[in-house]
Amino acid sequence: METLTCNLLVLGAGPGGYVAAIRAGQLGIDTVIVEGEAHGGTCLNVGCIPSKAIIHAADEFEKAMHFAGENVLGISASAPKLDLSKTIAWKDAIVGRLTGGISGLLKKNKVRTVNGWGQMVDGKTCDVKTADGTVRVTAKHVVLATGSELIEIPSLPFGDNIISSTEALALDGVPEKLVVIGGGYIGLELGTAYAKMGSKVTVVEAAGRILPQYDAALSKPVADSLKKLGIEVLLNTKAKSANDAGTSLVVETADGDKKLPADKILVTVGRRAKTEGWGLSDLDLTMSGRVIAIDDQCRTSMTDVFAIGDVTGEPMLAHRAMAQGEMVAEIVAGQNRRFDKVCIPAVCFTDPEIVTAGLSPDEAKDAGYKTKIGIFPFAANGRAMTMEAEAGFVRIVARDDNDLVLGIQAVGKGVAELSAAFSLALEMGACLQDIAGTIHAHPTQSEGFQEAALKALGHALHI
Amino acid sequence: MGLYKIQMPDVGEGITEAEIVEWNVKAGDVVREDDVLAAVMTDKATVEIPSPADGTVQLVSGEIGEMTAVGSVIITLEVDGAGNEASISAEASATATKSAPEPKQKPEPKPEPKPVVAAPAPKPKPAAVVSKPTSTTATSGAPRAEGEAPLASPAVRKRAMDGGIKLAYVHGTGPAGRISHEDLDAYISGASAPAGRVTNAPNTSVEEIKVIGLRRKIAQRMQDAKQRIPHITYVEEVDVTELEKLRAHMNSSKRDDQPKLTILPFIMKAMVIGIKEFPKLSSHYDDGEDIVYQYGAAHIGMAAQTPGGLMVPVLKHAETHDVWGLATESKRLADAARDGSISRDELTGSTITLTSLGKLGGVVSTPVINSPEVAIVGVNKIVVRPVYQDGGFVPRKMMNLSSSFDHRIVDGYDAAEFIQRVRLLLENPATLFMEG
Repeated sequence: METLTCNLLVLGAGPGGYVAAIRAGQLGIDTVIVEGEAHGGTCLNVGCIPSKAIIHAADEFEKAMHFAGENVLGISASAPKLDLSKTIAWKDAIVGRLTGGISGLLKKNKVRTVNGWGQMVDGKTCDVKTADGTVRVTAKHVVLATGSELIEIPSLPFGDNIISSTEALALDGVPEKLVVIGGGYIGLELGTAYAKMGSKVTVVEAAGRILPQYDAALSKPVADSLKKLGIEVLLNTKAKSANDAGTSLVVETADGDKKLPADKILVTVGRRAKTEGWGLSDLDLTMSGRVIAIDDQCRTSMTDVFAIGDVTGEPMLAHRAMAQGEMVAEIVAGQNRRFDKVCIPAVCFTDPEIVTAGLSPDEAKDAGYKTKIGIFPFAANGRAMTMEAEAGFVRIVARDDNDLVLGIQAVGKGVAELSAAFSLALEMGACLQDIAGTIHAHPTQSEGFQEAALKALGHALHI
Repeated sequence: MGLYKIQMPDVGEGITEAEIVEWNVKAGDVVREDDVLAAVMTDKATVEIPSPADGTVQLVSGEIGEMTAVGSVIITLEVDGAGNEASISAEASATATKSAPEPKQKPEPKPEPKPVVAAPAPKPKPAAVVSKPTSTTATSGAPRAEGEAPLASPAVRKRAMDGGIKLAYVHGTGPAGRISHEDLDAYISGASAPAGRVTNAPNTSVEEIKVIGLRRKIAQRMQDAKQRIPHITYVEEVDVTELEKLRAHMNSSKRDDQPKLTILPFIMKAMVIGIKEFPKLSSHYDDGEDIVYQYGAAHIGMAAQTPGGLMVPVLKHAETHDVWGLATESKRLADAARDGSISRDELTGSTITLTSLGKLGGVVSTPVINSPEVAIVGVNKIVVRPVYQDGGFVPRKMMNLSSSFDHRIVDGYDAAEFIQRVRLLLENPATLFMEG
């Protein structure tokens, strides 16, 4: 058996793992990264990036369809057509460029890559099944970055017409009728995209409203938009079973069972930490429920074994994993680091988009803060009007006693890009006056951010 | 008749609530001014609440053991005259200004005070809020509440971590107490904090140190000695001016192969002579057998500080040495004790002990007898003091000897006689070399 020794072994080359490896390489740490599939993990291959590509294509197609009909802009276009296989090929090319880019970055930073599924033997040793046989990697430090996997509904196993988000990003045609199980952000992003590409979409959600992790004010503009797009949302409804062909789904509603016809049934009921298939049970690490327990340095219960990203639980976000990976590499290099981030922003790429950073009004209240809240609607923002994007608002939650900003949320077209300003403000420890006192370029949607701060201070200018 | 409402007092230091631990009155009781009505307890102290006036207790609010917010009404008295109902809201807002840091208190879920009182208690309001909605600067300043994360930009946080500094201890002068690079600079350079600010967070750490090895040995021996032996400590002052003169002379004219003399060999020599006249002091007392073993020899234990703790190497048969020999031998033993090369034999068998902390000798000490011995002579530091002599003050080098004796064996009279003998020998150093 071939053996490799190194200072740092990274198991998994998703956003957490590859960032850890690159940073470690920069710091001169002898690093080996083990990955069974393409670099980039869920995010690059079957998550964030491909879904955003499909969403973009769907948006563009919908625009074209819009112009083919009556529209206020006076643009006319003849009946547009969509060749989804071409769209998918374009998306694959983007994914290819990015995953290839990561391989290049790893190489550039002298990180050795071992391609194959790794199996931890103990806290310092990993056997990797490569195409050329098993390679044993031993390391002083180990970073577990095995990520997460899709949750399957036992009564609706994936296969044929019952698909996961992975297949939904690689369909060869737009399904005529698409049933989405799960009204969370993955289901709604993809459901919206397919609705825009022409599918008749039905969303089945067991809870009383869509996007249950967001407060009702934030999810309402999204619900309105779904309605406008002709997406049927069945709330308080549970998926029960599909027929053998996967062309019909039985759901349980308050009024009894109902049959939904479908060409594809997309199951998006969440993700869970990938804790099986790589030897975790042999390591006997302390767990926190189903995920690996870590401290504020991402240390597990085993000396010099770290865990980062989705395998450590919520929030399962690529940028959290990246920040953890960077930090762990620096800790291994002997630097004094702690995960002390004020906020981990989250973006939901529905139409309109939702951004959250820091505490929501309810969370702030639960934390015992007396708060002041400023809301500025995009209906009063010139730039939003000129983009036909008046739905939504920016909301700031601040402490009542010293105006320290605790949280910022927004819902609206393109607000994902505002997330940078939001998290920077929180990370810098901004007070309302800091945001109110910063000139925000006119005409932009970001003026809504400044106005929300002014509103919280009691003197908004444009409402 | 009016109502007098008594609030949970502000017991200070950012405390927002206190526990009612005792009710001394119940509704209907007649109380006089200054009678204790109740006791409340915070983490730090128990405070009694006296009655501010004569009156009748109308209402007590809150159960024993209940956490009650500062400022909420806990007792209502019916008093002659107007009471304080009217003034209480004004007073409450006045306390509110004082209690600015309170809203910053880490918001632990706290049980609301039970609103037994009809009119809800005016709670302290966060300072300077509603009154100045147009203020353009965020309020800065009050010390962070315990457990609250320090506010600082990522760059400042990274610098602090790189420097091993806990930002929790750094005072932030920015809005909302934000810590700037300058604040960090100030902390690093140890600059004094802005007036009136507490920058040192209470250090609540407790380190567990196992008492093992030599330390445990020392602990056992000290406890044993102090528990079993009734000590009598006798302090006398010795004029060592002449002795110091002699010592200086001997050091300046010594041969190269002779050691540098400290004062200790001279004291040992004096002890040897003293012991010859008071042989009881060089003894072991076996209190189990009720036997005193009185030694002809003077095996002098010399208490020495080593990296591991106190050790007592033994200078055997001190009576066989002159001061040069005593000096050579004691230096050899002290060095061996410090570098760990000392033998077990050289650490046992002393019959009397001499202890000295040199320059750290202090004015007086209360030496602990090295059981089963019966005497220990402690040397304090030499200082130049004005001494009244021959009708005037003269500067003299003075040194105290603080010595302890086992009072079961050594009477105070004997102890005093021994020390006086030692004193006279030291004050007249020539006699040291005439005897024995």
